[in-house]
Amino acid sequence: MKDFDTYRRRFVTSVLGIAATTALPVGVMFWQTAQGKEVDDSPASSKIRWGMLVDTTKCATGCNACVSACNKENGISGEVTDTSPQWIRKVNVTNPENGYSFTLPMMCQHCEEPPCVDVCPTGASFKRADGIVLVDRHICIGCRYCMMACPYKARSFIHQPVEDQLAEVPRGQGCVESCTFCVQRIDAGQQTTACQDACNAEGHQAIFFGDLKDPESSISKQLATYGAKEVLPDLNLHTGVRYQGI
Amino acid sequence: MQITFRELEGSNKSFYGLLGGLGLLAVIGLFAAWQMEHYGHIITGMTNQIVWGMPHVFAVFLIVAASGVLNVASIATVFGKKFYKPLAPLSALLAIALLAGGLMVLMLDLGRSDRLIVAMTHFNFKSVFAWNVFLYSGFFTLAAAYIWSMMDRNMVPYNKTIGYAAFFWRLSLTTGTGSIFGFLVARQAYDSALLAPMFIIMSFSYGLAIYLLVLMAAYGCSKRPLGDAVIRRLKNLLGVFIGATLYFVLVYHMTNIYFTKQHGLERFILLNGGVYPLLFWLGQVFVGAVLPLFLLYAPITRQSRKAVALACLLVVLGGLAQMYVTIIGGQAYPLPLFPGMTVSSSFFDGVVHPYSPSLVETMLGIGGMAVAGVIVVIALRVLRFLPESLDDSVVDPHH
Repeated sequence: MKDFDTYRRRFVTSVLGIAATTALPVGVMFWQTAQGKEVDDSPASSKIRWGMLVDTTKCATGCNACVSACNKENGISGEVTDTSPQWIRKVNVTNPENGYSFTLPMMCQHCEEPPCVDVCPTGASFKRADGIVLVDRHICIGCRYCMMACPYKARSFIHQPVEDQLAEVPRGQGCVESCTFCVQRIDAGQQTTACQDACNAEGHQAIFFGDLKDPESSISKQLATYGAKEVLPDLNLHTGVRYQGI
Repeated sequence: MQITFRELEGSNKSFYGLLGGLGLLAVIGLFAAWQMEHYGHIITGMTNQIVWGMPHVFAVFLIVAASGVLNVASIATVFGKKFYKPLAPLSALLAIALLAGGLMVLMLDLGRSDRLIVAMTHFNFKSVFAWNVFLYSGFFTLAAAYIWSMMDRNMVPYNKTIGYAAFFWRLSLTTGTGSIFGFLVARQAYDSALLAPMFIIMSFSYGLAIYLLVLMAAYGCSKRPLGDAVIRRLKNLLGVFIGATLYFVLVYHMTNIYFTKQHGLERFILLNGGVYPLLFWLGQVFVGAVLPLFLLYAPITRQSRKAVALACLLVVLGGLAQMYVTIIGGQAYPLPLFPGMTVSSSFFDGVVHPYSPSLVETMLGIGGMAVAGVIVVIALRVLRFLPESLDDSVVDPHH
């Protein structure tokens, strides 16, 4: 009997020992996760619609500050091959008849009626209550139907393993991604995007970002005064990105 | 006269030889998929501009053909043509096999094919793809039940009901496949309700061509009698389907040519788009339609079985060309971001997008065809799909 008690004691001790040894790395992992930036975890509100206004008359030809800033903010390499992701790009537009030209940044237009969301089979492409169109990387199966559907060619497929990702911007091979309006900043309470900050830092101030539903926001006031157009307006997608001077 | 169905006999050597060859191609296809999974789509020719490539050419072709090949059974059951009755089991078998091959390619080309279970459990019911998940799985079930109702005497009373269901289901399925493209407002080459009926008529043509090829090959290899009546009936029907497909292609392009905003696209596909006009005129129109029509109806060739077989093969090749022009050509032409303006960017706006398919993605596509072949070869060998004889004295040409 006594022998059995000793055996039982030893058994329980070793089981606990193994459990503790196993739990340690797991605990460290959770601790690391907990050290990530704190975000406001309240759900996005439909009282807000985030939008962007680009004044193409102030957008400088040859300036790529917004693109570089986006790449840095979201951990994108910045390569420009036909398989590398580009969340934002500068598009140069010229009228072939009279030579009139302008340049503008093109990215996900965060449509009110996004075709990418319509076609996504799993619901991975989705629009938040505050108007931001995102890809849920957990349920994106990499079918690329959204890329076929997007009239603005705003989405990129990740063709190879991704290294050096940023903690706030998880990315991965085999999924589709695009501009998020710097959602990691918005959820951390910031009110500007990386491209806008970079444009302002260059002194161009061509990009406005804010709440389209708030008549007092600078973007709403700017829109009310000068107006702006959507790219491909006849598609009636009510884009969240508007352009002046196109 | 009673028609008896029997498993395919013939030498073990040729059976295992054929199975081995097809199996090898299937394994190479799976190996290609594994490479794509491991290294990513960087090892394919697909890019952020040409997002759907060679796998989709093969997959869509196989899926379209799968629904079309069931027509032979539908003519027997739904339209009550007794003549087609002995031909029906093979039709349903081919439908299952081709769909399986096509879906394999489509699934293994996904960026995250490991998440197949996600596609089966998360649905956005506004997506044509999500509808297709149900249409494809329902088609498998119906085609299998169809075969059951043909082979099991106890199930025969249900044959007509299942046949009707399968017929309407297959029309929905191809409508779904055509609408994958038809519902894309963004792309000039798609964005048309015409694509759904056009895909249906294409399916008639591709499916029947594959049916005839398999039928002639199976009866040729096993030395079973196959009468002229069957061949004549099926080849004349194929001719009608080829003509109807050509008609839809004509209407599609005529409509586009009428609309000024589509002129650039039409010029690209029909005249100056490099490989696409070549594949359109030489592949889709000449090889896929004009030449087969000639072979099927010209007095000097119409009696020849070899000419019929060649015509069927050409329809398949023309079909693949048609898929290439539709799927790749439609993406190669740049999106009209600012209509009437010239645009340029680091993301290749405003320029024709080049595409050169790599060996891996082509092998994946061929692997899908091989999987369909493996299914057919095994099924014909172990189950009673084919009548012992389709001689003119056995079949009833008056129904």
